[in-house]
Amino acid sequence: MRQSIDRREFLKLAGLGGAVFASGLAGGAKFAGAAQDDFYFVQLSDTHWGFNGPVVNPDAGGTLPKAVAAVNSLEFEPDFIVFTGDLTHTTDDPKERRRRLAEFRDIVKGLKNKNVRFMPGEHDAALDNGQAWKEFFGASYYSFDHKGVHFIAVDNVSDPAARIGSEQLAWLKSDLATQAADARIVVFTHRPLFDLYPQWDWATRDGAQAIELLMPHKNVTVFYGHIHQEHHQMTGHIAHHSAKSLIFPLPAPGSQPKRAPILWDPAQPYKGLGFRGVDAEVQKAEYEITEYPVKKA
Amino acid sequence: MKLERRRLLAAGIVTAAGAVFGAGLAQAKERVIRVTARKFVFLPREIQLKKGVPVVLEFVTADVVMGFNAPDFNVRADIIPGKVSRLRLVPDKTGTFVFLCDIFCGDGHEGMSGQIHVVA
Repeated sequence: MRQSIDRREFLKLAGLGGAVFASGLAGGAKFAGAAQDDFYFVQLSDTHWGFNGPVVNPDAGGTLPKAVAAVNSLEFEPDFIVFTGDLTHTTDDPKERRRRLAEFRDIVKGLKNKNVRFMPGEHDAALDNGQAWKEFFGASYYSFDHKGVHFIAVDNVSDPAARIGSEQLAWLKSDLATQAADARIVVFTHRPLFDLYPQWDWATRDGAQAIELLMPHKNVTVFYGHIHQEHHQMTGHIAHHSAKSLIFPLPAPGSQPKRAPILWDPAQPYKGLGFRGVDAEVQKAEYEITEYPVKKA
Repeated sequence: MKLERRRLLAAGIVTAAGAVFGAGLAQAKERVIRVTARKFVFLPREIQLKKGVPVVLEFVTADVVMGFNAPDFNVRADIIPGKVSRLRLVPDKTGTFVFLCDIFCGDGHEGMSGQIHVVA
């Protein structure tokens, strides 16, 4: 608790304090669960290791190492770190895919905090149904508990058709059955579970079924990636927050005819890239999101 | 599922590939547009249609499994090498609408899209 308060004080003093998002129907209701320490975790997403496109990111080989250094230099150490997919950029060559996954793994070994969780994105997993990704990082969907919050990682990318699939949905149903109606639940996934903008493939084909399973739970928050920008949206009482990328930003949904990367601006290098810290205030089911740049200005 | 199907029928759209061709002479006269999918383009990229006039889209590919999805009309089809997929579409609105590949098919998948232009 002490560290969390110190961190929040620090964020305020440093002018870094982020937006606070209440989870679902909490509304100040007393949490039936045991009193828990608040904590914070770091989310990184869409690092696309192996991407080559100098016009879009002339420092494609340096951005991830810089992000690792930036996480290591945070004033307070997070409880854990999560990568929400597209660790690597896609390739048709299975050997090259494994080489990129290995290089990514070796770079993130440089993180001081060793409690790191991984998820696949379609670039990592869609062309071989997650086979190579699993060789490096294990199960592509799973759940774990941390200080009173139940975290669930949902894989909506190993199927190239962007389906979670009946098997995983059955698992999700049984996993949620272990949780009380007021449990603090955080979902990590890669694609948006809702139809954010299907015209740009920003959706999950059977995501509505996952949301339907989550709906009976009052306090659900989803953190995802895929769209290479910060975005906040509610589906009913469920909050969805997408993260920035660490390779190139994408335009706002539907803001232009084509979903093309935003070009690198030499005057403002790394603009639109970054990672986030999420301060979880468990009792209130609130999440304060603080966005960090890859490189301090 | 029933609700969704009713919604699609109300919009004048039948998504079941193949269902079109067992259904009588009137539909045999419908215009057929063949669309070839290959990494990472649809040919043609632009499809011109008339509002209320049914068409049958025929999809083929020689590459890998791909998808055709026109979200504004709630229609999609798998495109499978060696097979012809068919989709009947009755546009119920005018304008320009995106279609895209919705099955990840490689580096370039994200740019694999086209446009349907519907006129009155």
